[in-house]
Amino acid sequence: MHELAVTQSILKIAIDHAEQANAKQITDLHIVMGELSSMVDDSIQFYWEIIAKDTIAQKAQLHFRRVPAELQCVICSEKYHPTNEELICPKCGNAGAKILSGEEFFLETIDVE
Amino acid sequence: MTQRIPVVENILNANDHLAQENHTRLESAGVFSINLMASPGAGKTSLIEQTLPRLKDKLRIAAIDGDIATSLDSDRAAAAGALSSIQINTGGNCHLDAVMLRGALDQLQLNQYDLLLVENVGNLVCPAEFKLGTHKSVLIASIPEGDDKPYKYPGMYRGVDALIINKIDLLPYVSFRMDFFQRGVESLNPGVITFPLSCRTGEGMDAWINWLLQNSTK
Repeated sequence: MHELAVTQSILKIAIDHAEQANAKQITDLHIVMGELSSMVDDSIQFYWEIIAKDTIAQKAQLHFRRVPAELQCVICSEKYHPTNEELICPKCGNAGAKILSGEEFFLETIDVE
Repeated sequence: MTQRIPVVENILNANDHLAQENHTRLESAGVFSINLMASPGAGKTSLIEQTLPRLKDKLRIAAIDGDIATSLDSDRAAAAGALSSIQINTGGNCHLDAVMLRGALDQLQLNQYDLLLVENVGNLVCPAEFKLGTHKSVLIASIPEGDDKPYKYPGMYRGVDALIINKIDLLPYVSFRMDFFQRGVESLNPGVITFPLSCRTGEGMDAWINWLLQNSTK
């Protein structure tokens, strides 16, 4: 539900960077999204088509790169990709882990002309 | 000719930046602030109503309440003893963000308070993504919601500093597996401080009140 605010933020960041580079239009945006992020790419795409209209980004394509979640067990230090719903460590069975990756949500690059 | 520009900017950067400004304001005014989050009906306003009378002789307390519409909740906070009670109507937005909190902080003389309770919009998804700048984030879970919520809303359970389990007086009547619930919490947020309590009976309230007191008088 909060993707409208998020999409507005993506558009603003992209236009700011494009204008600094004196670009005429933005052709592509590369967005990195961790697997643990609650953002929905379809929803961002939906809002994008509405709000990017009549801007230098109106023809831009959105590309999403998903980063898999990686956890590290706080007891045995095993690194693993969670597969079960309880996120338990496959080596020692402990339930507590810290997140090494998977929460990313940033605009990585834009392509401009 | 196409040119690639490296950006590498966090998409929620603008919000995070404002949240940091809010935090600095609260910190320099000496106000301990909490962001209370929960699903609708878990007991956010009830918790504020039960907290205020127990602390109002010891701390100067302000409440900020975020809702899509109405001032019902801020009226309840004022009636329960908040010195100031401010309503933010989000106009359809599903969460509070740092800009909305800044607008509400502008309406308060911050150095006149020891504790600020911010009640977020009832929602277990969106508020987790938007930092406000408060000192602590607190999630209220409640027994009738069911024991699977940590598994279904991991983003929310992962990011909080304290967890309240409300409506424990209903445990005999609801099939809620506390061990299953707590295993989920422990896997997402190892060692998070937990306060099982009942706003209705008052059971367990003392530990929560003491935690607020200790943090507010540091």
